[in-house]
Amino acid sequence: MTFNNNSRLKYKASLKRNIYNSLFTFISVVFTILSILPLILLLSYVFIKGATQINLSLLSNLPEPPGDDLLNAGGIGNALQGTIIITLIASSIAVPIGVGGGIYLAEYARNGKFASFIRFGTNVLSGVPSIIAGVFIYGIIVSTKIIFNSTYSALAGGISLSILMLPTVIKTTDEGLKLVSDDLRKGALSVGASKFLTITQVTLPAAIKPITTGIILAIARAAGETAPLIFTALFSFYWFEAPTSILEPIASLSVLIYNFALEPYEAQNQLAWAASLILVSIILIMNIITKLWARKS
Amino acid sequence: MKGTLNPLLGKKHIMSNQIPKSKAPNLPESLYKLRQRPHSEKVVDTGFKDAVYLMASMVAVFLIAIFVVVFIGSIESMSRYGLKFLTTSNWNPITDEYGAFAAIYGTIITSIFSLAIAVPLGIGTAIFITEDILPRKLREIISVLVELLAAIPSVILGLWAIFVMEPFLRPLFALIHKKLGWIFFFSSEPIGAGIAPAILILSIMILPIITAISRDSLNQVPFRLRQAAYGVGATRSTTIINIILPAAISGITGGILLALGRALGETMAVTMIIGNSNNFSLSLFSPGYTISSMLANQFGEADGNQVSSLMYASFILMIITLTVNLAANWLVKRLSLKY
Amino acid sequence: MSSKFPKKNQNANNRRESKPTCISLQNVTISYKNKTAVRNIYCEIPKEKVTAFIGPSGCGKSTVLRAINRMNDLIEGCTLKGRLVFDGVDIYEKSIDPVEVRRRIGMVFQQPNPFPKSIYENIAFGARINGYTGNMDELVESSLKKAAVWDECKDKLNESGYSLSGGQQQRLCIARTIAIQPEVILMDEPCSALDPISTLKIEETIHELKESFTIIIVTHNMQQAVRVSDMTAFFNAEGSETGGSKVGYLVEFNNTQKIFNSPAQKSTQDYISGKFG
Repeated sequence: MTFNNNSRLKYKASLKRNIYNSLFTFISVVFTILSILPLILLLSYVFIKGATQINLSLLSNLPEPPGDDLLNAGGIGNALQGTIIITLIASSIAVPIGVGGGIYLAEYARNGKFASFIRFGTNVLSGVPSIIAGVFIYGIIVSTKIIFNSTYSALAGGISLSILMLPTVIKTTDEGLKLVSDDLRKGALSVGASKFLTITQVTLPAAIKPITTGIILAIARAAGETAPLIFTALFSFYWFEAPTSILEPIASLSVLIYNFALEPYEAQNQLAWAASLILVSIILIMNIITKLWARKS
Repeated sequence: MKGTLNPLLGKKHIMSNQIPKSKAPNLPESLYKLRQRPHSEKVVDTGFKDAVYLMASMVAVFLIAIFVVVFIGSIESMSRYGLKFLTTSNWNPITDEYGAFAAIYGTIITSIFSLAIAVPLGIGTAIFITEDILPRKLREIISVLVELLAAIPSVILGLWAIFVMEPFLRPLFALIHKKLGWIFFFSSEPIGAGIAPAILILSIMILPIITAISRDSLNQVPFRLRQAAYGVGATRSTTIINIILPAAISGITGGILLALGRALGETMAVTMIIGNSNNFSLSLFSPGYTISSMLANQFGEADGNQVSSLMYASFILMIITLTVNLAANWLVKRLSLKY
Repeated sequence: MSSKFPKKNQNANNRRESKPTCISLQNVTISYKNKTAVRNIYCEIPKEKVTAFIGPSGCGKSTVLRAINRMNDLIEGCTLKGRLVFDGVDIYEKSIDPVEVRRRIGMVFQQPNPFPKSIYENIAFGARINGYTGNMDELVESSLKKAAVWDECKDKLNESGYSLSGGQQQRLCIARTIAIQPEVILMDEPCSALDPISTLKIEETIHELKESFTIIIVTHNMQQAVRVSDMTAFFNAEGSETGGSKVGYLVEFNNTQKIFNSPAQKSTQDYISGKFG
């Protein structure tokens, strides 16, 4: 007999296959721990270190230029304000274009040549390194002073972030609309609704959840981006004042963290941790909201 | 779904209900003043279509514009240094000599090493999440955690790398240098910022991508294949290695290449910890450069030929990442099994 | 035991059967999470015979079948109470290795599920992991011949298992199971996804296989049960008093002849005469 048919049914840990199996399970557990641990350590460090810096004036004060005061680096008020403004500028460009583009792909073009070309382009665009978006905006806006002769500005920063948001918004809109049942479209068309009405009143509301989720995630990602801002929005030690400041350099949490982390002064380093805590909290809250929201359905 | 239909169907209902009540004998035509679509509605309809068409085209416009702007910006440097730019690593704004070899080497070496660390860890984690080693609830928590951690901005990872990770690991690096210093990768004394900590922080960054995509690909493998393997008496490890992983390989490879693309272009965390030195060294403990960290470091203060050279470097980076992303697309199609 | 469950236990007497018992289900109750799927099954399945499980859909016959080689382990929250004795041991005891159980009790599934590998590898994979040391080419050939699919496969052994038709795929899956030489083969509605000609071929295969294997087949096709089986178990399901979901139970287990000619229970009579199901 070439088979081992005499084996009893009992589990024998010493069998080669069982040793392999246990080893395999063990390795996957160890790998999981190894891959999660650094990130948990990082998060807890940010929260502990950042929490010691939190005080009332943190959000209301301006940061002090490095070296001015060795003990006090000031607050992150204008950086938080700047992050919100830049993200708003980016969203007001990327969301309409992205949702519109997604609508075109899902509702009009469907599977045509143009649609597959744009979908391919969306994939390529989402793979473009974020710093390249900064280089692009530097080349087309900052260095040419094309917008009212201004160089580094909130507007330039916002536009560079919008390029990074665009693929995510298009993709989620396209995919969200594709999930809407065709019966719904047919139903609306059969009572005489135009395509425009069908989309705006029937299919878009039906797909609102995945689309909003995608937009929130895109915003969360944009809020944490640094690379495209360091030579488009630059940094500022002053408050943003509407509307003139939109054409001037602007502070942001992420650039503040980058700049102050590399300063040799302890006070500035501490402020970077405080800014990290605020930034991470904003981003994680946005992510958790989308997660909870997705779970509810 | 019903709720969304209401605004449309609701109106019609009210109308049809009214017919028998008030004007039953008459034709209901008079109730529908808008039987003929007004011109404005048609304008809105076609206008909307044209608008969203334009918006979709913006993707192509942006993409082409990025290439054109970066290419035009780099023409000056390209004509001046040509392919020598790729093989030399002088970077001297004073003598106006530029070569990106060290940065290109750094970009590739950090990405490949971080991939070598993150791929086994990520796939191992994905297997752990998709198998019934722990109760489903716990696995879901780990899975969500991985996704949340992917959302942490890279600048914060860089901050952590500078102040926590690198100081913590330096004794270990020093030990490796002492014991294995004869290997060229470990030949220099660890002095703080350098290629090795950059590799580690990059692997932490791309781990969630590999984990999430591998997890999704593993979940997509039909249950009947798992059944088939268990049915002929395979253990869990045999089932995963021989059946499940091969069936999910296209998605996993795509995820790995996507992570590679991300690693190649990743800027902030690397810039903050790699040491930013254009001196070429094989040792992982010495400071180095990547293309993106060079851009982050110098672009703000550069002018003239330096800007053009940085644009040239950007162009190279774009070509590399584009190639990787296209390869990802192609491989996913190529490797996908029929089942 | 029989005094407690008089109705459901009239089946255990296989006096006329010369073959000994292969698998014995003793008061088996299977639940998914908190929902009971089947309850209190007693059944003695004879060795080297074909046993058919019949009954209306949702009566839990597939669940019972999958419990026999611990395939339900793959479904989270599926638990089994009672004893399921094979080869002298309760296979649900803690010390039992489910992998070992599945090596001796093979299974053919409702949907053909070849591995995404070559036809040859589909057979060789199971044999190899079971520690087969003989000539692999011979094993592949003989298994495919026994499953009556050799003629269709012999010229394309290196092609994917998915290049075959549905019926051929299913016979490939049977060959794959034969190749690991189990003692028992479980078949979960093996013909439900197939055309009549493929069904006929698989039934012929079953006839040949029962010389050397104990076969348990779940089928919704009563003619098929009559054609292939020696013994038949009729399962039914009824809603609980509280109006919850249906719970399956074994109504009657006996010779196939007996079940179809003079069933002891009225519900069996109703079912085989097509009044419900």
